[in-house]
Amino acid sequence: MTEPASAIVARDLSASYGTRPIWSGATFSIPRGSFTAILGPNGGGKSTLIRMILGQMSPAVGSLEVLGQPPHRGNPQIGYIPQGSSFDPELSLRGLDFVGLGIDGHRWGIRLAGRAQAAKAAGAATRAVGAAGYADRPLGRLSGGEQQRLLLAQALVGSPTLLLMDEPLSHLDVRNQGAIVQLISEVWRERQLTILLIAHDVNPLLTHIDHVLYVAHGKVAMGKPADIITSESLSEIYSSPVEVLTDSRGRLFVVGLEEEVSHPHA
Amino acid sequence: MHDLAIFLTISNTSPQPSWNPLDDLAMLFHYEFMIHAFEAGTIVAIVAGAIGYFVVLRSSAFAAHALSHIGFAGATGAVLLSLNPIFGLLAFTLGSGIAIGALGNRVRGRDVTIGIVLAWTLGLGVLFISLYRGYATEAYALLFGEILGISSGDVVVTLVAGVVTVVALVAVYRPLLFASVDEELAGAKGVPVTALSIAFMAILAVAVTEAVQVVGVLLIFALIVTPAAIAVRFTSRPAIAILVGVLLALGFTWLGLSIAFFSPHPVSFFITSLAFATYVAVRLSEPMRLRFSSRAAFTTA
Repeated sequence: MTEPASAIVARDLSASYGTRPIWSGATFSIPRGSFTAILGPNGGGKSTLIRMILGQMSPAVGSLEVLGQPPHRGNPQIGYIPQGSSFDPELSLRGLDFVGLGIDGHRWGIRLAGRAQAAKAAGAATRAVGAAGYADRPLGRLSGGEQQRLLLAQALVGSPTLLLMDEPLSHLDVRNQGAIVQLISEVWRERQLTILLIAHDVNPLLTHIDHVLYVAHGKVAMGKPADIITSESLSEIYSSPVEVLTDSRGRLFVVGLEEEVSHPHA
Repeated sequence: MHDLAIFLTISNTSPQPSWNPLDDLAMLFHYEFMIHAFEAGTIVAIVAGAIGYFVVLRSSAFAAHALSHIGFAGATGAVLLSLNPIFGLLAFTLGSGIAIGALGNRVRGRDVTIGIVLAWTLGLGVLFISLYRGYATEAYALLFGEILGISSGDVVVTLVAGVVTVVALVAVYRPLLFASVDEELAGAKGVPVTALSIAFMAILAVAVTEAVQVVGVLLIFALIVTPAAIAVRFTSRPAIAILVGVLLALGFTWLGLSIAFFSPHPVSFFITSLAFATYVAVRLSEPMRLRFSSRAAFTTA
């Protein structure tokens, strides 16, 4: 049954909240080592798909296989950054301690054994994302970009093979978006991860992704960026006029999703 | 209570401090009610200081406050039924704690719901007090604390409840910390967030019941919230913040008890005032400390 080349395999998968269907008939497979952007209009069920992969929601119909197993909560092979993760300004917890929770935060009791290894792993993860300089400061006092780096360190600290990110760019300015995408792209290559990332604004991702999964009109489908990132198919997915422009150096730019981007939680 | 009444009728005024610390301490611990007060106060301060960290981290200060108010109705109800008010208090705080915990962190507008319930239960408490004619002292003790009236039996009960709360808190420490910082993430990592939320409120209910003996339902903030709120301004390391919170709660309680012994004013007033004054001093000194630490960071960078 398992296809070793695929990280995630969905067969005729459907999702619904109670009796309300969200999407159905999803059959796709995400290759191991791919960097996939999940696109689609608001309320289409992108986060639902992530929740299903995490084992927090069961499929209404169909089957789903994650890293060769049925989805289950607390899979140590999955690193995760939830949607809207920004911390309360009053939150007085060191970044380093937050990253440490990614190692054993789900275990009962206090950390008795393995303090040294945990501290070492948390330190290594914060250095890997370039956050060592402020990992000693309270999370609430850090900027959005700094918080996002520590969230990424937390997701990476358990050495996962699959990384799920639900809108990691939505609270950041353009400069920070670019820096975070660059960082994600680097760890993707170095660690040979499989990455699924939900994005509202596809522009910062265009030069990095190799697959697109779109969730729209009650359907989920997979494609290559070259086929999906076109004026025709994006306009269809978002049911509104979207234009893909090409500059003199051949770089693409998507215009027309500003409304989606500026109201990400509407 | 009897010890104190006898003591007050005999002396008729507060004892005068000799300003010799050893003599004054000897005078303090000469009386059994003061020994009991220090024993119970110490246990309560440790529990309150420790759980207070999570109350502050989870922004559930209002829930902690509400638990004590709802407990008031239980306590006065128990008095009316000639039961020990502690059991009524515990039953009501536990019941409401579990209900609030089950609502979970994601329910918005929770403060309004809690506020509506707590106002009604305070009303119930007033009714029970009025039905139980003549003993306004019971109500006064519940509202403002009566640590000087604690018996050796009460101390044992407090110790048992204190050990239970601390052991429970240690048992859920890591997942509770995780769920308090990012519930969504903790849930995805397999932490049972709703069960933990209920467990936390149940532990808090027991801690509130203990603390009511010292500062009463109206002043619960001073021991559960204020020490932890001060601690997190000094450190962002959870274990150290808990330790600082416990030490502050101990300091306020011990100092408050000692000052009250030599004064005609209630213990709760001194405990709450010490907590408040410390908090204000810490907040006011903050710009200075921040400037100092940023300069230190600059020179070491």
